[in-house]
Amino acid sequence: MEYSMIPEIGHFALILALCVSIIQGVLPLIGAQQGRREWLVLARPATQISFLLLAISFGVLAWCFYVNDFSVLYVAEHSNSQLPTVYRLGAVWGGHEGSLLLWIFLLTGWAFAVAQLSKTLDEFMVARVLGVLGLVATGLLLFVLGTSNPFERLLPAAQDGRSLNPLLQDPGLVFHPPMLYMGYVGFSVAFAFAIASLLSGKLDAAWARWSRPWTTTAWIFLTLGIALGSWWAYYELGWGGWWFWDPVENASFMPWLIGTALIHSLVVTEKRGGFKNWTVLLAIMAFSMSLLGTFLVRSGVLTSVHAFATDPRRGIFILLLLSLVVGSSLFLYALRAPKSTLGGKFSLLSRETLILMGNVFFVVAAGSVLLGTLYPLLIDALNLGKISVGPPYFNAVFVPIMVPVLFLMAVGPWASWKTTDLKTLLKRLWIAAVVAFIAAIAIPSLMGEFTILTALGFLLAFWVIASGVLQIIRQCKVGMPTRSFIGMQLGHMGIAVFVIGVTMVGAYQEEKDVRMAPGDTVTVGGYQIRLMGVGPAQGPNYQAMRGTFELVRNGKVQELMYPEKRNYDSSTMPMTEAAIDAGLTRDIYVSLGEPLEGNAWAVRVYYKPFVDWIWGGCLLMALGGLFAVMDKRYRLRVKK
Amino acid sequence: MKAKFIIPLLLFIVLVGFLAVGLNRDPREVPSPLINKPAPAFKVPQLADEKKSFSPEDLKGQVWVLNVWASWCVACREEHPMLMELGKSQVAPLIGLDYKDKRADAMEMLARQGNPYNLSAMDNDGRVGINYGVYGVPETYVIDKAGIIRFKQIGPITKDVLDKSIYPLIAQLNKA
Repeated sequence: MEYSMIPEIGHFALILALCVSIIQGVLPLIGAQQGRREWLVLARPATQISFLLLAISFGVLAWCFYVNDFSVLYVAEHSNSQLPTVYRLGAVWGGHEGSLLLWIFLLTGWAFAVAQLSKTLDEFMVARVLGVLGLVATGLLLFVLGTSNPFERLLPAAQDGRSLNPLLQDPGLVFHPPMLYMGYVGFSVAFAFAIASLLSGKLDAAWARWSRPWTTTAWIFLTLGIALGSWWAYYELGWGGWWFWDPVENASFMPWLIGTALIHSLVVTEKRGGFKNWTVLLAIMAFSMSLLGTFLVRSGVLTSVHAFATDPRRGIFILLLLSLVVGSSLFLYALRAPKSTLGGKFSLLSRETLILMGNVFFVVAAGSVLLGTLYPLLIDALNLGKISVGPPYFNAVFVPIMVPVLFLMAVGPWASWKTTDLKTLLKRLWIAAVVAFIAAIAIPSLMGEFTILTALGFLLAFWVIASGVLQIIRQCKVGMPTRSFIGMQLGHMGIAVFVIGVTMVGAYQEEKDVRMAPGDTVTVGGYQIRLMGVGPAQGPNYQAMRGTFELVRNGKVQELMYPEKRNYDSSTMPMTEAAIDAGLTRDIYVSLGEPLEGNAWAVRVYYKPFVDWIWGGCLLMALGGLFAVMDKRYRLRVKK
Repeated sequence: MKAKFIIPLLLFIVLVGFLAVGLNRDPREVPSPLINKPAPAFKVPQLADEKKSFSPEDLKGQVWVLNVWASWCVACREEHPMLMELGKSQVAPLIGLDYKDKRADAMEMLARQGNPYNLSAMDNDGRVGINYGVYGVPETYVIDKAGIIRFKQIGPITKDVLDKSIYPLIAQLNKA
């Protein structure tokens, strides 16, 4: 058998990238510290070359998947010749080695973007930022090359591959990890800016203005990535839930919470020169959370539905990397932060205070999620037994922390910098309060069931919406609103839309587990669902039993629905492919369970009011971020 | 250095300490519910000859080892030398369960790498695997004279597992 040399090219490119990253990480930083120009100018070309090398390496791995090169161990373990091409490409990041390669590829991509878009920035700053990114890339490249080489050969080659986990054979998976990683990794830029400013001792408004668009961009990707993951879980796992507080979900949610706090804190640092130490600490924390997330997911210290193969060496290596990156950053912080100057003074009631309060809640929320995620590990480490922490903990702890955040969200934008008096705030907000109270009482009553929690959900959502509408009206009277302003409004409205979705689904969803034979009808949320029959169906790499259901409302057939129970050729686990009829105000969700005696089936039917608002809200938030990034101030600077 | 700015660093060090200890624990170390339970019965065709079948009943009264493998399984190659040693030692019959595999691929793999098994059974659709709670390939079971599962290894057998667990257990069970 002949083997192509192409995988070796990918491997070699990675090794070269390591060498270049070492140069990028060491020389510019020393150069900037000692004022050696000839060292510091190396930062840009090194960044460009390492991006190019990673692109080659990543491209080669994708090629190996495309041509089914089963002499590459990673390909043999995650793909097979029957897998459709799209999923073969998605499989590139379907496993440990490939997803790490994607991680680094995106990291160098971000660094490349910084190198290209920083022409107007002080060259010392650029050298330091790129240098820090180079160091991070060096650590990860060492990790990949040392413990997780995606180009490892399998000789002799396997006859066929093992195939990708059927759960992951879904368009959602093709986009979910890259989005999420773009966000995760994007915080490395904010981190690099923070470290660069600590190194230079110039913690100032310029630094904050520079960090802002990068941080917001990363946050947009993270928001979309999390939303995609949640949506994927909803329609693919067949459990009808949209968030499970799974350790891996939490690993992506913690950086989001810190990142959200960071975005707000950066505003204060830019506009008022305040909170410098706090902002720097948040920037360090956001990226630390990303690294911690990578550690939790990749080391196998926690079990989850995302279980990955465990290799103790990998865990130790990532932990070492995490300790080095975060430990040295926090050490630098402890050394330098006390020297920074205080920003403008502000009184007890001011926009600064309100943002700070919101920030504290976000950090506490992230801390509570971290605690819940790591608690099983802590208990095990202390020899107190093996336990698991489930949604009840998170719902009980997380939700109450978010209540004041929602409350503050509607107040903050009305407050002025430095100081505000309570009277003005009350004068501007009383209408919003009235609207919110009416909504909180009216909507649950209209829906037919009133509970305090539901009312609270609507109260807060409409409080935010009404306050936002009032702000928009006021702003339009003064003049054309800036993109930043539109961005903020969209972001906050997104949260409100999200809260409405969560409240509606939580309170008014209907779920029925029934035994159905052809001809049987089940009723949920005013819809009749009739089973017409179940028959075999054939997919590219699976066999399925496909049910045909009629969705009937007021005696009229609205839609035909086809849920499937799939058996993939390469896996034991039967997969449930739910059929979902989505709508603005409700989803109807039908999934096939097990075949029962006769020709009956166990069928699960859900009526989920406003469930799509959950992801719609996330989209609005991301759109808001996009507006904020496109604000004129940033665009002008980029073009110059 | 003002004290309050060191707090994040200290908190982080504590966290790393816990993570380091946690790394040495196996969160999946949950004992298999099948240990000390009768091995589930099955009857499936043999790999080498489709017309013959294999059932655990055939080995009643003997201590034997069941190893779940597949030609597509990469970790199986890793444990292959251990299985060869176990097969040669003749301390107990070694039965392979070829899991979700194609006959031709499996036969070629055995021909190329050596066949450690007394015989292999075909579990084409993975049904036997489900009954045995196969978590991933490879897995290895030691089953006693009465047909009770006494030991289960998830993942490849290492030299250590072979010498410290499997051999002593077989010797002990054979005496009983």
